[in-house]
Amino acid sequence: MSRMNMEISLRRRVTNIVMLSITGLFTLLTITVLFCILGYLLYHGIGSLSWSFFTNLPKPTGEAGGGMANAIVGSGKILLIATVLGVPVGFLAGVYLSEYSGRTFAFVVRYVTDLLNGVPSIVIGIFAYAMVVKPMHRFSTLAGGIALGIMMIPIAVRTTEEFLRAVPNSLREASLALGATKATTIFTVVAPAAIQGLVSGMMLNLARVAGETAPLLFTALGNMFWSRGWSQPSASLPVMIYQYAISPYEDYHQQAWAAGFVLLALVLSINVTARLVISGRGATARR
Amino acid sequence: MKASISLRGAVCHVAVLAALAGLASVQLSAQMLINGAGATFPAPIYQKWFSDFNSVDSNVQINYQAIGSGGGIRQVTEGTVDFGASDGPMTDQQLAEYQQKHGFPVLHFPTVLGAAVPTYNIPGVTASLDFTPEALAGIFLGKIKRWSDPAIQKTNPNVTLPPREIVVIHRSDGSGTTYCWTDYLSKISSEWKSKVGRNTSVNWPAGLGGKGNDGVAGLVKQTSGAIGYVELIYAVRNHMAYGLVRNSAGEFIKANLSSVSSAAADAAEKMPADYRVSITNAPGKESYPISTFTWLLVPSKINDAGKRDAIKKFLKWALTDGQKSASSLQYAPLPKALQSRELGDISKIH
Amino acid sequence: MAATTSTVLDRAPEPRARGFWRRLRAGEEIAYLIALSAATLVLLIVGLLVYQLWISSTLSIHAFGFSFLTGTTWDPNAGQFGALPFIYGTCVTSALALLIAVPLGVGASIFLAELAPPNASNVMTFLIELLAAVPSVIYGLLGIFVLVPLIHTYLAPFLTATFGFLPLFQGTFYGVSFLSAGIILSIMVAPFIISVSREVLYAVPTDQREAALALGATKWEATWDIVIPNARTGIMGSIFLALARALGETMAVTMVIGNTPAISASLYSPGYSIAAVIANEFTEATGNLYLSSLIFLGLVLFGLTIVINAVARILILVTQQKGAA
Repeated sequence: MSRMNMEISLRRRVTNIVMLSITGLFTLLTITVLFCILGYLLYHGIGSLSWSFFTNLPKPTGEAGGGMANAIVGSGKILLIATVLGVPVGFLAGVYLSEYSGRTFAFVVRYVTDLLNGVPSIVIGIFAYAMVVKPMHRFSTLAGGIALGIMMIPIAVRTTEEFLRAVPNSLREASLALGATKATTIFTVVAPAAIQGLVSGMMLNLARVAGETAPLLFTALGNMFWSRGWSQPSASLPVMIYQYAISPYEDYHQQAWAAGFVLLALVLSINVTARLVISGRGATARR
Repeated sequence: MKASISLRGAVCHVAVLAALAGLASVQLSAQMLINGAGATFPAPIYQKWFSDFNSVDSNVQINYQAIGSGGGIRQVTEGTVDFGASDGPMTDQQLAEYQQKHGFPVLHFPTVLGAAVPTYNIPGVTASLDFTPEALAGIFLGKIKRWSDPAIQKTNPNVTLPPREIVVIHRSDGSGTTYCWTDYLSKISSEWKSKVGRNTSVNWPAGLGGKGNDGVAGLVKQTSGAIGYVELIYAVRNHMAYGLVRNSAGEFIKANLSSVSSAAADAAEKMPADYRVSITNAPGKESYPISTFTWLLVPSKINDAGKRDAIKKFLKWALTDGQKSASSLQYAPLPKALQSRELGDISKIH
Repeated sequence: MAATTSTVLDRAPEPRARGFWRRLRAGEEIAYLIALSAATLVLLIVGLLVYQLWISSTLSIHAFGFSFLTGTTWDPNAGQFGALPFIYGTCVTSALALLIAVPLGVGASIFLAELAPPNASNVMTFLIELLAAVPSVIYGLLGIFVLVPLIHTYLAPFLTATFGFLPLFQGTFYGVSFLSAGIILSIMVAPFIISVSREVLYAVPTDQREAALALGATKWEATWDIVIPNARTGIMGSIFLALARALGETMAVTMVIGNTPAISASLYSPGYSIAAVIANEFTEATGNLYLSSLIFLGLVLFGLTIVINAVARILILVTQQKGAA
């Protein structure tokens, strides 16, 4: 009887070890991929990084000293518009869902927000082209910013709602007991209590749209020069990476690596900062 | 680690940043940005021109985005760019669409001449191959599948071609280079004409798609056994082998400045008023058969006086001084007679 | 998280002084109105989006109707537009991506949720979630210069040698292909599967595991036979989420798929996806039918992602409710 037990146990034990090792392997594989990506970009990108990369305008291939200064600033401006559009609208809509609305309307808004979240970025690009570029008769930073802003809204709404809901009701009750109105309570008590989560959520959101390329193709287009104001076409980091990467010129490839490195460094540092901001709550409880 | 963040502080920071960004973007009074988009075929010479013109007149910045001839036509029709560029002239239907949308016509201005060359990547073969029209048609129709096929081998007795599979590379975007290539193939192959036809974007019987002349050159470089068509400068710049093509007079001609100019010589005299003409398979012993003009598409009416003057000034410069730098980039300058005729037509822009 | 309504704040007491009352009231109303208009704006934007897509596609819908979805010819010259090659490419690459990412993702999530010590697990999950933050164009960049040559040199010959009898791996491999696009997509969506599955596994109550172990199961058996079935709907949900992401992925795909509207059984063949063709041809679609057909394609993609997202959310919700109960 005990021998039979041991035989079964051996097979099962082996299966146990093998399968669990495989899962460990898969995890290792995934993490290795991350480090490979980082490592590769670091290796190729850092070689091409130079002062001129950050300060010069693009030059035609073959001419030395080309840079992506306008793309970096362009991305910054586009993201600024995106934030100005996406964050307030998302935050206020989230406030509405969390603090004000009735069941049915909340359900509708949430469903529609989820819908928007699922829209492929290229379709948002088409929308922004039809709504902004065509009527304005120009490609512009504004159009690009609006496209990215629309992409920011769903996540902003969801993050705001979740973090506001997580604020304990006792805070609200205390505020009301002291004579504050609902509005005052929300904006001076509840929101500040959730500020860590809100800021971190917005940062993650920003990092996500910072890397978007497809919507910018038909909205901000591109620019070899500085884009002045908000209604001119603008270069942006992701689009430049794309254009340079598919070209057959080695010097453009070098610049694409460098730009990729800068973009990735930017996105990852925002991500890391955002998570550190919220780390007091612990990673598993963050939602 | 709790970061101390105040809502008010965050808003203040954003406001300050926005103000700074706004200041940084204040439009300097005289500086003007003109936006153009279109063909990748002439992109190298246009980029040089716009850069050089900026030194001539530092107040004018012309931003050119090479999104393909199809893009140039579409966006100039939509009015989202100030001018377009294409190496496939606009069709009558496209011209009518423009006229209907804007109430005035769009003008074609030929700027330079270029050539589309068959470039290939065959391991072990560095020589320039001779291609007959039939061979090219067969390859791009997908009927000639291997490099060792007699249709190609017999015109290249001195080169041993491997039995490697031919990978056709074409454009995935709307392209004037495609227009030129398919225009030529339609003229020399009735099968191509009926099956595929000529356009900036066609239903290719075979092959992979690359984006822009750059994309095609890149793909050909990466793929063993590939053949693609690119503007001459792209093959030269990338040190890629490209072949000779037999012209209508029966000579195998390599694309270069003189063979391209020769192709245009005949057309220059018979040029229609709107400058839309095809010079593929041109007569003449020295002519390179896959040559083409490339055009700037300029609205005949520009409301912004500053832009109008800047564009007219640029056109004048491009048709005179600009022509001098064309040859250094393997584009043939326009025949003199054509230059003077166009200079006169600049006044049509009002 | 219990669904609280705003009942607490609804019981806000009326302020006493009259002048104050009016002003504060005004403030109340304004705050409410602003929040409401923000929520309505979101509805408006989405409504406008759907409307715009619909209106711009009508030309193509009228011209082709249902046959658009089954047509195989994409010929701008002849005015013939059929979506099947793009739908096929989108489906094939996404299916391949899931085929690779699901075992990888679920396996890794098991390790992270069940085996790894909590601190290590948190750190590793953090790193894996950073993978999800990497922009698509960077995946495309690495795809062209690193992944495709790697596949060309090592993977493709191996596959042809071992599985060459299958129609899946026949023909010459040029680099740009369904295979390359599928592999890149799998790397991009694996983090989503891992992240959500891990949370879902955490939600399974510990007594289930303990009961299994008490009955003499090995750790693996407890996980595979007890915990996973409990978390099954949530894991399915994460897979659907990953699928939705894969369907809409544009840049990485267009850089490695070959941009050829081909329908081929072989994974080595170049292909095209809906998102990729829109990205390539949108700015230059001359002719209204051409543009309308591209937008119709966008509408098809939109419809597909809506359905999949809806299913995903429901599944994840169901699991979380089950776990919380």
